[in-house]
Amino acid sequence: MVKNESGQNSPDVYDGSDLVPQISGLKSMWRQLRNNPLALWGLLLLTVFLVLAVAGLLLTKGQSPVMDPEKVRLVDTLKPPLSRANTDVLAPADRPAFGIYLLGTDKLGRDVMARMLQGAHVSLLVGFISVGIAVFVGIILGALAGYYGNYIDSVIMRAVDIMLCFPSFFLILTVVALLPASIWNIMIVIGLTSWPGIARFVRAEFLALRKQDFVVAAEALGLSKPKIMFLHMVPNAIAPVLVTATIDVASAILTESSLSFLGFGVPPPAASWGNILSDGKEFIFDAPWLFIASGLAILITVLAFNLFGEGLREALNPRLRER
Amino acid sequence: MFSFFSRSLVEKVITLFFISIISFSVVMLAPGDPSEIDPMNPKFTKEDIQRLRQAFDLDKPLHIQYYRFYKKLFTNELRSYKDNQPVLAKITERFFNSLPLFLVGTLLTWCLAFPLGIQSALRRQSLFDRSTTFFSYLFISLPSFFLAYVLIIFIVKVFHVPVLGLQTFGRESVSWWYFVNDRIWHLVLPSVLGAIGGIAILSRYVRSQMLEVIEQDYIRTAQAKGLPENTVYYKHALRNALLPFVTMFGLTLPGLLGGSVIIESIFSWPGMGRLGYDAILARDYPVILSLNFIAACLVLLGTFISDVLYMVVDPRISLTGGKS
Repeated sequence: MVKNESGQNSPDVYDGSDLVPQISGLKSMWRQLRNNPLALWGLLLLTVFLVLAVAGLLLTKGQSPVMDPEKVRLVDTLKPPLSRANTDVLAPADRPAFGIYLLGTDKLGRDVMARMLQGAHVSLLVGFISVGIAVFVGIILGALAGYYGNYIDSVIMRAVDIMLCFPSFFLILTVVALLPASIWNIMIVIGLTSWPGIARFVRAEFLALRKQDFVVAAEALGLSKPKIMFLHMVPNAIAPVLVTATIDVASAILTESSLSFLGFGVPPPAASWGNILSDGKEFIFDAPWLFIASGLAILITVLAFNLFGEGLREALNPRLRER
Repeated sequence: MFSFFSRSLVEKVITLFFISIISFSVVMLAPGDPSEIDPMNPKFTKEDIQRLRQAFDLDKPLHIQYYRFYKKLFTNELRSYKDNQPVLAKITERFFNSLPLFLVGTLLTWCLAFPLGIQSALRRQSLFDRSTTFFSYLFISLPSFFLAYVLIIFIVKVFHVPVLGLQTFGRESVSWWYFVNDRIWHLVLPSVLGAIGGIAILSRYVRSQMLEVIEQDYIRTAQAKGLPENTVYYKHALRNALLPFVTMFGLTLPGLLGGSVIIESIFSWPGMGRLGYDAILARDYPVILSLNFIAACLVLLGTFISDVLYMVVDPRISLTGGKS
């Protein structure tokens, strides 16, 4: 169980630093995860894509980036991958890095490699921030519902029921379409529609934790309720949230690409994998690399998140852990 | 029994009321106004805009708009902003277009997901299990429209059949054989695409549920007393493993709208999802809100059906006892 030395400290010298409980069974979770090749592959791919996203951020940001994802070169439209840039016509400043289009160009002659790199961080950002919002709202509401119970619980759970009644994709589409086009709106809307699941998990965990010794002890010490809830109970309830969050990131990336497909995704000129893919669908015969590169990128990333999330879920399942 | 129905009815009406408020305020408070849909049109004078706003109640305070809107919805007087057609008639027509897609898709999902899930649970860690696991992750992770485009190209190139739309344009007067054939070809691809994601997800659920049940003591008992494997698995285990899916059966209803927006847009299938998408593009608030309301009704109906089914199937749950 969780280590909690709060009994030995008097409340007035308590500084909190030694009391933050460690997630129990982290080691056994890793041991379980290590035996799951699919989950390990997922983790590996995730790391690769995170590195790519950071690299993409560094390479494509700034006034004169190494690879400019927004540079329009009308002499080099729809070039296949690995083709050389038209150096006779293009000014040196307009040429892609090393004079080669690694993944070809799109209908405006923009470097697809640069756009994919920028898209990596945009797409992952959409995934992480929208899930971050969902986790934040979900943890707070779930914790309140689970800790206080009674009418607070009923009100929050009713709200959860109501949220679950909305056809989520249709709601997201409606709101995103009616609001001004912006990447932040997309993140916020996806985040605000996907918290109910997380709130339910946190509430269920809290109901189980509520009567445990360390919570009773913390209450007896007179700690403030927010401190008990968010410093002591949340770290113990976070494990199932992590699993859901991992899988939710995957579905947020998919939702963004679906929105892009319908014309309401990340607004241009910023690139996301979703809008590269939906631009690419018009040139599926003339420039299949647009379609394939972005489609594969989405597929592999989402697959990685799903595999890793499922691996976590299995590692957390005590019945499977015993074996 | 009666008290269960009445309580659940009251609960659902209250939920619907809040849903209607939330969706109404989300749509109405969003920036922009339907009267600004064509701002560059010189024939569109200020007076016209005023007149339109008045005709659609847009100049009144929100709570009065709300009241009038839902009153019109329930009395079937609601008309679309776009073409002044009655909204409910429009939705009904589209509903019957979506229905075959939904039915075939659901049928495919349920008929394929269960055998796949059960088999991969029974042959845990076998090649079959590993490959179904891999493919289900693959299909869960694919953007549906990516797969759709690839499949459209494949089908059209290999079988030379038209697949977009409800039926081939101008084929209304051919013999019934061609007509049926044509309709079926048009139905196959969108429903298969709609089903693929569902099959992938559902077969995973079935697998884990089956694995859970196989571990139970009563299965070991059944095996220990020497029952044939098939009896143990398909009579003892399966019945208990299937229990949670009774609830899921009701929850597939809302897929009629939500799951179909993308597929129907790709295949220009004149269904509910497509109607919703067009309404969003045109800021056709009555259609958007009515669709949202109907979708919420479908969800609530689905949960109600699954509650009832659950109680019918599982004798441990009594009809009079409420769920927490």
